[in-house]
Amino acid sequence: MQYLLMAYVDEKLWPTLTTAEKEQRMSAAYGPYVGALNQAGAVKGMNRLRPTGEAATVRVSDGKPQVLDGPYADSKEQLGGYFLIDVPDLDAALSWAARCPAAEHGAVEVRPIWVMQQP
Amino acid sequence: MNPDGGDEARGTADLVARRSYGKLIAFLAARTRDVSAAEDALSEAFALALKDWPRNGCPANPEAWLLAVARRRAIDAFRGRQRGEQAGEQLRLVSEGLSQAEAGPEIPDQRLALMFACGHPAIDPGIRAPLILQAVLGLDARTISSAFLASPAAMSKRLVRAKEKIREAGIPFRIPGRDELPERLSAVLDAIYAAFTEGWTDPAGADVVRRDLTDEALFLARLAVELLPAEPEALGLLALMLYAHARRRARRQAQGEYVPLAEQDPSLWDSPMLLEAEALLHRAAAMGSIGRYQLEAALQSAHVFRCRTGETNWPQVVQLYDALYALAASPVVALNRALAIAEVDGPQAALQAMPDAAADPRLTEYQPYWAARAELLARTGASAEARHAYDLAIGLERDPAVRRFLERRRAALAGC
Repeated sequence: MQYLLMAYVDEKLWPTLTTAEKEQRMSAAYGPYVGALNQAGAVKGMNRLRPTGEAATVRVSDGKPQVLDGPYADSKEQLGGYFLIDVPDLDAALSWAARCPAAEHGAVEVRPIWVMQQP
Repeated sequence: MNPDGGDEARGTADLVARRSYGKLIAFLAARTRDVSAAEDALSEAFALALKDWPRNGCPANPEAWLLAVARRRAIDAFRGRQRGEQAGEQLRLVSEGLSQAEAGPEIPDQRLALMFACGHPAIDPGIRAPLILQAVLGLDARTISSAFLASPAAMSKRLVRAKEKIREAGIPFRIPGRDELPERLSAVLDAIYAAFTEGWTDPAGADVVRRDLTDEALFLARLAVELLPAEPEALGLLALMLYAHARRRARRQAQGEYVPLAEQDPSLWDSPMLLEAEALLHRAAAMGSIGRYQLEAALQSAHVFRCRTGETNWPQVVQLYDALYALAASPVVALNRALAIAEVDGPQAALQAMPDAAADPRLTEYQPYWAARAELLARTGASAEARHAYDLAIGLERDPAVRRFLERRRAALAGC
């Protein structure tokens, strides 16, 4: 089954970190995690997202697109990246979420991918 | 049609339903994770059995008969609902299960895996107990809803959603590994205990609409012990439930009036059941891993010992509550600990040890909190405050017999 692991972290902390801390948070932490995911053959896709300040949200009302500055929802922690994984069941997905560095200083939401029926 | 054959067929079907319902559901759903489809298929199989068995006689192995029919029904249902690769995959899973079942006369017992799926941390804690009662015992939403004070429609919707989640989110049917087992097991045990206490609050059966689920919960606790004989907390939970159940008859007078523990007649207690509880608790203690349910069972054991022998053991009781509080701090434990302190150091000390309702809003609607406060205040002579606390306790209680008991205590206050 496929699951989307969504990494939520407080993006306001990022600019306050030193270069060494940034290195620690990113490559040192995510490098081995991504390595393990790849080795398990579990990963289907992943990306880090630019901060929510660079986001725009679109909604069509009365046939007219309305574009709003910023993310869809304001929250204490923001979606900072995602991993699309393919694993046997929810427990396997949850254990990958628990290993994700974001789970330590933020939270990781696990969502099963909706399986489309073949026509 | 032969009417005797009909009775016999119904009798056998009832027996199989009671004995093997959960086993058949667990087996049918283990691979597909589709509990609803398994329930539908099995209920069709039971319906067919009631038509077929009176005519053709009961099969030698009724469970295998039901399983074979249910599996065919499940396959037909998948064919009807789904097309393409998905259906192919589901069919493969269903038929894989079939050939496994045909390999041996015994249907593998996967009820524990089913319970772990129902008690999975991804399932809303409030629906875990109803879900286990339905999936393992086949209780309908109406029966469950009356015990859990919910509307049948709302309960039914929540059960359907939870089963959908098991299927769609990929919650596995498996027994967790050693590292996860304690936490995952405690969720399952909590659900069983919740089913038990929901039934327990109405021991007189004064409210006929509410179905008593204590027997069902005891069955589940026994099942957990049978399937996990080396887990001390499973033993502890069964012991705790048996201690409570053994005192069932003594909790009410013949007229249905409520009798508190201190005033119960120990000769009305079920001695063999208490002995079984003691034995379970000793077995659990010998395993050397203490837990919440063992401590609660030990407290029950201490209360039973005191009431039977008249020897006071309140300091030990306070110690047990200290240990329980350290392990599983909750306002309810703090409250019971305070009541034990009252017996050792007096009501004033107990009032100080009580949790603060202002700090924990859950307590403001918890009847035993106000009843305990009222008792302690009455003992310190603060009648007006005690009356106020009794009023709140009476207003919060849903059992009429307990309400009347509290009303009598309020009437006995000095200065009335």
